[in-house]
Amino acid sequence: MEGKDIEKELSAQHYSLLVKKIKDRFGGDILETTLFRGEITHVVEKGALVELCRFLKQEPDLQFKFLSDVLGVDCRKALSCFEVVYHLYSIPNKYRLRIKVRVREDEKVPSVTSVWRSADFAERETFDMFGIVFDGHPNLKRIYMPLDWEGYPLRKDYPLTGFKDEYNPFGVEKV
Amino acid sequence: MEDVVSIASNNGDDIITKEVTLNMGPQHPSTHGVMHLVLRMQGEKIVKAEPDIGFLHRGMEKIAENLLYPQFVPYTDRLDYLSSMTNNLSYVMAVEKLIALDIPERGKYIRVIASELSRISSHLLAVGAWGLDLGAVTLVLYAFREREMILDLFEMLCGARLTYNYMKIGGVRGDLPSGFKEKCRDFVQIFPKRVDEYEQLLTGNRIWLQRNKGIGVISAEDAVDLGLTGPSLRGSGVKWDIRKDTPYLVYDRFDFKVPAGENGDCFDRYMVRVEEMRQASRIIAQALEQIPEGPVNADVPEFVSPPRKDIATNMEDLIHHFKLISHGFKTPKGEVYSSIEAPKGELGFYIVSDGSERPFRVKIRAPSFVNLQSVDPMSRGAYFADVVAVISSLDPVFGEVDK
Repeated sequence: MEGKDIEKELSAQHYSLLVKKIKDRFGGDILETTLFRGEITHVVEKGALVELCRFLKQEPDLQFKFLSDVLGVDCRKALSCFEVVYHLYSIPNKYRLRIKVRVREDEKVPSVTSVWRSADFAERETFDMFGIVFDGHPNLKRIYMPLDWEGYPLRKDYPLTGFKDEYNPFGVEKV
Repeated sequence: MEDVVSIASNNGDDIITKEVTLNMGPQHPSTHGVMHLVLRMQGEKIVKAEPDIGFLHRGMEKIAENLLYPQFVPYTDRLDYLSSMTNNLSYVMAVEKLIALDIPERGKYIRVIASELSRISSHLLAVGAWGLDLGAVTLVLYAFREREMILDLFEMLCGARLTYNYMKIGGVRGDLPSGFKEKCRDFVQIFPKRVDEYEQLLTGNRIWLQRNKGIGVISAEDAVDLGLTGPSLRGSGVKWDIRKDTPYLVYDRFDFKVPAGENGDCFDRYMVRVEEMRQASRIIAQALEQIPEGPVNADVPEFVSPPRKDIATNMEDLIHHFKLISHGFKTPKGEVYSSIEAPKGELGFYIVSDGSERPFRVKIRAPSFVNLQSVDPMSRGAYFADVVAVISSLDPVFGEVDK
């Protein structure tokens, strides 16, 4: 669901705070807004990400002080980019919001660790699994895989059984 | 070096020595699994505690992308293996949200009963193992006595004691067996008295108080900023419980309290867990009272298999069942995030669907993983022995941390 339909579907309060207010403030930086199963998603220009996050956290009507999760999605086939998704929650207002940025393979995403400290592990995990680099993260290194691991396991071109080596005889032969 | 100076200035009598790095774990009984903590220490005080995780990483999310939607349910059992029911629940609820499927009332009540029993058994182990870690060995024996009763109930329900695989998309795997209600009622009748027994052993115990009061303090603001959820967050006084704030299933029909602490120390987190066990048993008692008769599974042939007895007697139903098991079902294109209040905190599943029978991406928001970030701020400046209390008070389970 996009555009005008969102206004009809959401309650007036939710629409004015979670869609209109953000669009008024960040106009051109909001590339796309969708609604699916009652969940609002804003796709944001990556340059405006940190500023938007700080706004969402500090604005008294919104108070998105809780960052639930940061994750990556490998959309290189459909959109030729990765998506980095942020799930936000506002404890006093009980709002949920999803923010997305799209990033090409050679680009970096600004880190939001300066806004929420909870982004630390989540961004490290995203880096570990997708190789997305978060600019400004204080300690960006692999979190699950060994530090000397090659490749990024959750990318779509990484085989399910891994690559063949001396420890993994069932893996796929590297070309 | 700044950290070192600050510790020294807190206590004038501290002697500054050479900083030592100590490896705690990965094989250590007090790390609740395979956690490796790299502790930088100045004498007996912690300067920095860095968790090193990933020893149990199995790539659950990658596996999920290669399976049909219903096939992933048994894998969720292996996340937080101390409360598999809530893991099942969170995943099937996310898929149900994606395909916009509603389940019958009775199914919802059974899910509530199962997940609250699961919460009690998880907290019992959390508090029991915590006592064990701090030298109060008796408690774990009492806790396991009651945990055994819950596992017996689960065995009646689904035949398994650890990995239940009980919830399915569109309902649960079977109705309550005969005798379950009575046995469950007996349990919730005696359980609050048993909680009093645990409290007698620990709550006023001088050693327990000294090991937990004022240890691992974290303010409400910091707790939210660090992404803490569940009992660990409520210990700091933030009254956020998903069951209360955005009720799912039928939680809005029960009368229960959300306990919260004040100081945000290990002792408050302990008290929150103890009180949550009492509240969970109240919820179960009410659910047993209110549970209606009727079907447990949604009657939507597109997503849910027909009842077992029809599969055995009706050819069309058998074919239908076979098709669902071998081919799964297609889902609408889109993305959903659904989360529940698991015993450890907010357990959420984010599913991206590209319209096929397999998820394009599944992300597990595991509470233990996020909670583990607070080990460092909680244990800075504390004694080495307090780190054990801090880890126990966060109650991490490594099946979930490492996914």
